[in-house]
Amino acid sequence: MTGSDGVPRPMNACILFLPQLQGRAVRTVEGISGPDGSLHPVQDAMIRKHGAQCGFCTPGFITTMAAAHANGETDFDTALAGNLCRCTGYAPIIRAAEMAADTPVPQWMQENILSKVHASSEGIFCPKSADDLAQWYERNPQATLVAGGTDVGLWVTKHMRSPTPIAFLGQVPDLRHIEDHGDHLRIGAAATITELMQAIEPISTSFYKMLARYGSPQVRNAATIGGNIANGSPIGDGPPALIAMGATLILRQGSERRRMPLEDFFIAYQKQDRLPSEFLEAIELPKKQPYLRCYKLSKRFDQDISAVCGCLNISIKGGIITHARIAFGGMAGTPKRAQTAEAALIGQLWNSETFTKAQEAMSKDFTPLSDMRASASYRVQAAENMLMRYYHDIEHEPVDIRGIRA
Amino acid sequence: MNSAASMPHDTARQHVSGSARYVDDIPTPQGTLHLAFGLSPIAAGGLTSVELSAVRAFDGVRLVLEAKDLPFTNDVSPSMHDEPLLAATTIHYAGQPIFLVVADSHHTARKAARFAKIEIDETPPILTIEQALKAESRFEDGPRIYSKGDSERALPKALNHLNGSLNVGGQEHFYLEGQAALAIPGDQGDMVVHSSTQHPTEIQHKVSEALNISQHAVRVEVRRMGGGFGGKESQGNALAVACALAAMITGKPCKMRYDRDDDFIITGKRHDCRVDYQVGFDPLGRVEALEFIHYFRCGWAQDLSLPVADRAMLHADNAYDLPHVKITSHRLKTNTQSATAFRGFGGPQGMIGIERVMDHIAHELNLDPAHVRQVNYYPEMSTHAEVRAPATTPYKMEVTDFILGDMTHSLLESSDYLTRKSEVARWNADNLLLKRGIAFSPVKFGISFTLTHLNQAGALVQIYMDGSVLINHGGTEMGQGLFQKVSQVAARSLGVTQSSIRPSATDTSKVPNTSATAASSGTDLNGMAIQAACKTLRSRLQHHLADAYDCPADSILFEAGQVVGPNFNLSWAGVVKSAYEARISLSATGFYKTPDIEWDRIKGEGRPFLYFAYGASVTEVVIDTLTGENRILRCDILHDCGTSLNPALDIGQIEGGFVQGAGWLTTEELVWDDRGQLKTHAPSTYKIPACSDRPEAFNVSLWQGANPEQTIYRSKAVGEPPFMHGISAYLALSNAISTCGVHYPDLQAPATTEEVFNAIKRAQGRAI
Repeated sequence: MTGSDGVPRPMNACILFLPQLQGRAVRTVEGISGPDGSLHPVQDAMIRKHGAQCGFCTPGFITTMAAAHANGETDFDTALAGNLCRCTGYAPIIRAAEMAADTPVPQWMQENILSKVHASSEGIFCPKSADDLAQWYERNPQATLVAGGTDVGLWVTKHMRSPTPIAFLGQVPDLRHIEDHGDHLRIGAAATITELMQAIEPISTSFYKMLARYGSPQVRNAATIGGNIANGSPIGDGPPALIAMGATLILRQGSERRRMPLEDFFIAYQKQDRLPSEFLEAIELPKKQPYLRCYKLSKRFDQDISAVCGCLNISIKGGIITHARIAFGGMAGTPKRAQTAEAALIGQLWNSETFTKAQEAMSKDFTPLSDMRASASYRVQAAENMLMRYYHDIEHEPVDIRGIRA
Repeated sequence: MNSAASMPHDTARQHVSGSARYVDDIPTPQGTLHLAFGLSPIAAGGLTSVELSAVRAFDGVRLVLEAKDLPFTNDVSPSMHDEPLLAATTIHYAGQPIFLVVADSHHTARKAARFAKIEIDETPPILTIEQALKAESRFEDGPRIYSKGDSERALPKALNHLNGSLNVGGQEHFYLEGQAALAIPGDQGDMVVHSSTQHPTEIQHKVSEALNISQHAVRVEVRRMGGGFGGKESQGNALAVACALAAMITGKPCKMRYDRDDDFIITGKRHDCRVDYQVGFDPLGRVEALEFIHYFRCGWAQDLSLPVADRAMLHADNAYDLPHVKITSHRLKTNTQSATAFRGFGGPQGMIGIERVMDHIAHELNLDPAHVRQVNYYPEMSTHAEVRAPATTPYKMEVTDFILGDMTHSLLESSDYLTRKSEVARWNADNLLLKRGIAFSPVKFGISFTLTHLNQAGALVQIYMDGSVLINHGGTEMGQGLFQKVSQVAARSLGVTQSSIRPSATDTSKVPNTSATAASSGTDLNGMAIQAACKTLRSRLQHHLADAYDCPADSILFEAGQVVGPNFNLSWAGVVKSAYEARISLSATGFYKTPDIEWDRIKGEGRPFLYFAYGASVTEVVIDTLTGENRILRCDILHDCGTSLNPALDIGQIEGGFVQGAGWLTTEELVWDDRGQLKTHAPSTYKIPACSDRPEAFNVSLWQGANPEQTIYRSKAVGEPPFMHGISAYLALSNAISTCGVHYPDLQAPATTEEVFNAIKRAQGRAI
């Protein structure tokens, strides 16, 4: 899919509503070969490197690879994390991606197909500004707001629901902007995770790396940070990090706005502090985050939902811990701070004994559930161990298995 | 044309351009209807009321069928006639189809199915091994036992003893293309079925039973599957039969494809099991006596569970010469999905049992695990003249083609095993939180269907007047490259260019009475059948030319599209034209049956396999001791494909097999709750390996050596054997964990992050 910025991005068609494509151009696998049938370099390489066996996943790989090829992306593990293959074991697919990487982008892929698109928005509500949305939502408080649709899409395809009315928020520029305000960022709620990553990269490498594991490129190109917060999931990866960073929400109802610390938004499981027709407009995020570390624990490294997501942010002055913001996902009915552990750290010496005590203290903070992702006991112990990992991480000891090579 | 060329998959170009058609892509006639099953939410009980009026009234629904509406046989079982298409009175598992909705669209059929009101008199389900044993809920009258020597007497005499227990998880096939079928009614009550199946003949049989028509009235066609892995050997029956029934009743084409959640919830998976062992061994680690007990959870219906559990017993020895051994196998009936074929067909479960024993012995004696394995190996093929009698397996088959001794030397050297082992130890001493591990494991896998009569295949080869050749055989293409390999056999046999050969869709009306494409046998069987047909045709052409040019028939050679005799040099197309005009038949069938095999599965004696395929791997991993997170760093594989027919396709099977096998033993975890509901039924909760899970360093080579048996150009089967290289990833994790404490880690499978974390605590002697 290509939008007004001209950058082709892979998307998941199965959870994409047609109105989300308003004003955007779509290229399917049929449009990757040239008009005369010549193969795209990634197609040619996939044949030569035997990257397709049963062939069923291949169109998805081809389109994702063609987008990465057009954008000059060469971190193929990340670029292809959202495409599953059950036959090849991926090695030949990566060989193909590497083989095609240095080949020029074919002429036909550079054509601005967007100029050929004539869209109509009849019959659907696609607000053009946050003001538009605020007015409409006041009149339609029962409405469903669809930004990326990565959750609502499943209501339709898996739960057979037909939500109505729907407002599609993909075309609201003032909900999507990320603005630099010197000491903080103001992030529009409809900024996609891909857009958020670009803003976070200079602020926190650790958060950026965790966002690189958020869903897949296809999901990150659709999903928004506002949706990740507002749907109130206890296992979203955005909120624990943003809480640890001290984020503030700006909620809007009509022309009224109110601000609150992110952690206060989550009241209980599936219950948030949001009024009827009130929507999340923006998030304010302090920019100075040198000691933020984000740890995502899941069965599979990429494209998996966290069993535990722990985000820690601790400040030290003169060898003494002065501030601690520690938030977890997957440990309670909401994203939640580890307040007892934080209290056990503040005012103490920065050493491993302090962290051992904080681990013990943290047992009072959470009573998680057992489910298909992890048992309660494992969640508790792994979360406690994330405190110790943080200590060693800040002390520059190797704590990341992804950094190890044979 | 060299048949050993690394040519791409025969429809690679169609794959990459999105034009390869799967069942759901076949253009359908106007008025095609779409089907969905209504499923039981309960695992066990009696069906007391099925109220479907709201389903029938749903806009767009054309027909709703229950068990009582079925006109003929209500059965889709591949074996025991114990698998009703729709539950009649008893509910056997959560996910069992109870009714069938036929509607204008796929979405409408699925949506309408949610409006059923079903009442079930729920009874406590039998879910676990313990519950099944207590209730004597099993297939067959008691456990099967295969034995050699006298383990009961030999066990107590051994100097060292160990016992243990290994839980081995199941595995969802996760073929990217889900189950699908399309039935098109004909004008004489006949039926054409397009099915995503590894076994078209069985689809034909089940449709003919359900419609009460002869087998000649059912034609099943399969061009390709989007992955099979065993999951389409019997699991497509229900969809094909449902479509054919609905098509017969409505007179309209009917199509069904499972949504991914339904596919998980309805269909069978790899058998999970527990392997208990008691072993006696000498101070060098040589096994003196060994007893295994296998407990297989087979699910609610028999399906293919008996041969699966048999094959697990047949691989309980893997590469090791066991003097006294006894294997007991319980096939337990549980209220869960009916476990079915999956790449390896029980072999992996049997093999990981003995590999676990080797690992345990090495840990106990503090010996190098690769060395312990080597001292237990069967005698090498090259040393055969020196030994008096060949070694035999626990099922008394002579092992005469063993090459793992040489392969192991070669792999340990090429992978730098010993050096890396000491490097890993040094690295671990310097690192507090992260630990690395390295492990070697061998594979010896028996090739042939253990049901001996299945080892047959037919082929049909047709030469057209322009010289183009259409080939057909009973094997199905699921991504493994069978069609390409067999095309290469045809091109070589006829001496024509590769582009002259076109493989056509598998079709029960072209080649009848086929066996499933399974047991890695596709190329072995169908390649030979195609070769036989080609030989017949070539001989006819030779005799035709011998008459015309007055030369000996066997002096005429066919190569690269040219036909050369002592006194002529003709083009292939020209020869074909002249043969046609001389009224020579240009169409021939071919047939092959595997020689020299015989097997008594009750006694557990005979020669079930024509030969063994071998392989060995070395895998290195790193674990995080704080969370149990882990990653495969490097994998080196040396694998035996005999004289490979197509090295590129064979390496593709090996790389893909390893990653799938490693997935089985690491991230792929099936979780049922205590009511028997499968909780991991979508990609969001069931995690097959993703791109970054493959080993970053991945070195695969083929062993250079011909198959001593007379297989197709002396090649060896490759579909299943490499799957079991994944065991080395499990063993490497065990090795890394064992550096965390003095106790044996007792790592269970799958080794998820949580299980690795727990095993670390066991190694440290701490409570979990």
